[in-house]
Amino acid sequence: MKILKANRMERCIGCHACSLACARLVHKRLSWVTAGIRITSAGGLSTGFEARLCLACDPAPCAQACPTGAYAQRKGGGVKVDRSLCIRCGRCAEACPVDAVHMDGETGLPYVCIHCGRCVAFCPHECIELADQPVADAASDEAGRETGDDKTLPRKAGQVNDASEVGHAD
Amino acid sequence: MPIEGTASRVLHVDLESGASRVLLFEGRPHHLGGSGLAAALYDAYGLPESPASDPRQPLIFAIGPLSGFFPLMSKVVCGFRSPYTGEWAESHAGGRLALSLRFAGYDALMITGRARTLSCLVVGSRRLEIHDVHYLRGQDVFTSGKYLRRYGKESSGHRSTVRIGPAGERGVTFACANVDSFRHFGRLGAGAVMGGKNLKALVVTGDSGIELPEGRDYPKLYKEVYQSVTGTDMMQKYHDLGTAENLLVLNELKALPWRNLQATTDPAIDGISGERFAEQLLLRQTACAGCPVGCIHIGLLRQQFARDHEFLYKQVSYDYEPIFAQGSMLGLTNASDVLALLDETEKLGLDCMSAGVALAWVAEAFEKGVVTEKETLGPVHFGNVATFVAALHHLANGTSEFWQALGKGVLYAADIYGGADFACVLGQEMAGYATGEVYFVSQALGFRHSHLDSGGYAYDQSAKDKDVDKAVRHLLDDEYKRLTINCMVACLFARKAYPPERLQEALASLGMRAEADALPESGRAMQALRWSLKFRTGFRPENVRIPKRFTEVVTWKGPMDVDYMDAVRQAYTSELYRMVVDAAREA
Repeated sequence: MKILKANRMERCIGCHACSLACARLVHKRLSWVTAGIRITSAGGLSTGFEARLCLACDPAPCAQACPTGAYAQRKGGGVKVDRSLCIRCGRCAEACPVDAVHMDGETGLPYVCIHCGRCVAFCPHECIELADQPVADAASDEAGRETGDDKTLPRKAGQVNDASEVGHAD
Repeated sequence: MPIEGTASRVLHVDLESGASRVLLFEGRPHHLGGSGLAAALYDAYGLPESPASDPRQPLIFAIGPLSGFFPLMSKVVCGFRSPYTGEWAESHAGGRLALSLRFAGYDALMITGRARTLSCLVVGSRRLEIHDVHYLRGQDVFTSGKYLRRYGKESSGHRSTVRIGPAGERGVTFACANVDSFRHFGRLGAGAVMGGKNLKALVVTGDSGIELPEGRDYPKLYKEVYQSVTGTDMMQKYHDLGTAENLLVLNELKALPWRNLQATTDPAIDGISGERFAEQLLLRQTACAGCPVGCIHIGLLRQQFARDHEFLYKQVSYDYEPIFAQGSMLGLTNASDVLALLDETEKLGLDCMSAGVALAWVAEAFEKGVVTEKETLGPVHFGNVATFVAALHHLANGTSEFWQALGKGVLYAADIYGGADFACVLGQEMAGYATGEVYFVSQALGFRHSHLDSGGYAYDQSAKDKDVDKAVRHLLDDEYKRLTINCMVACLFARKAYPPERLQEALASLGMRAEADALPESGRAMQALRWSLKFRTGFRPENVRIPKRFTEVVTWKGPMDVDYMDAVRQAYTSELYRMVVDAAREA
């Protein structure tokens, strides 16, 4: 399965069209933060923009931390979310090493990228794309885990996109 | 919160008492939003009989019913009594402010009163604070911006900061309010209004969200609009060279003001053309939040500050109008010199167009001996950027009686010192269109005294005849079309993407059917209301002067036809009075 990547953020103009698309189409709640991809300036507008989104860990610490099964491991990295099971405890957000899960103050719900790719068409500069995960170097990943290195964990190679799993449980 | 009801949600903050309240201001189908909402609020809460300088006069920031919901619905209307004209006025800006207000949960923010100490107002969906920022007095816009980052840190990247520089604090009547890094509420003195309220800055955090309507109408229409603005060539020119592409075009037309409008074309244009900026200095483009076009062009200014190889670099935004006002108008033909001057203007918090045109008048007055170094405190020469940098500081800081007078506008200074014949003022300092009679009248009498009120400059280029009635009809109809857009509040670059029917569809897709149905009628009503407020606060079109310099202009069509210009002016004046009288009768 493919994952969403923000590989060309140097091109970003800060229009927020990707986050607004996610908020509008996936989460049905319009804001800057109720979205799986969120854009912030990298230290004032003169220094460009950063995208905050799920890096598609496999295994995903957020899914492992979820006590109710609302978060489940997604094949290919990242998570599948069933909000009807969520108790709004916020453990997923705490577990995420890259702050990709937003716990919303108003709804109390977690917002995370589900790698559906619906935002991609709305980026005017192709900063984001749905792409295959790079082939993992399993040995160095294992070494990283053993030494407590908290770098993100790329998915295993060889998995294919499964469109039937794209979508949100809402 | 979901979109519901027919009231606009307005936060009113009184800086005098520190009290605030949320108003549910009824009548959105009638006042719509943006320009209409600001006018309706002034009509209800303003003091038309009191002077503009009365701190009780409201300063209003209004968005529209479609703000944040559709592409390019990304601007904010600032409504205020202008310290320059004394009249009801508007200025529009983008940046992140429109979405910040939307996500803070307000259609408008209305500020009255004067704070006891220099203050910063912080507004969010669950916060309202007034902070004492006395330590920022006299600080420039950039330094202030850095200190102000402490407010709303948790919404970093999702907030907007409006602040003024020394010019606004000192009450220069064309001081602007800077929005985020590269946008401004410019021209008629919104910055001086903030200064008069002891309001150094406003921070709005967009920290909430809105539930969207069920059904497919809204996302489907959004996608259609998005594709129309990004999938076609409609917006390409705004992103590519940007508005700066007009430098070469207008210079070739003989319609680009040079050296205080002493000429309308010059072969030295290549040094400051949009192409020159793009090829040599363009660093990147950026966008207002909610707009995929990215029309904001950022140039790289590299300056040597000491001997050997000591350089600093800055990022300076440029556009057609700033390059005209601080380039060709000042006889500057080097693009880096223009960026250097724009950078200083930005820091001081002056409107770059008005300031540039004012300095152009000083340069000609100095050249002709109308003013001397006794008044100007130093030489001011066309083509010499260093003299203009020094002059900008004098202007912003009011370092002599002459510079204080100039801070009230060129005609104010010219009436004291002489040189009114060559004052390039049409209601306010001119915009960069020496296209002919209809434009000159449209700026002189237009609501904002701006090229943005109606397309008079385009009419001059397309009209084959001199039909007075047709010209005036064009000005009024085009103003109406632009006003409906300004009530939403879309960027005017999007006017082709948003014909009235499309705006109605958009309103209906969000469940605002009453607003959709009433749009044509309410647009006309708000057009009349704005003019009524302008007249009630002192505007008399017959008193506006069109200085002699405008009658001496030669364009591609030849010399100005003064009789035609007078006829257009008289007919436009009659129509404005008719609109205001009809509105009073209906009321």
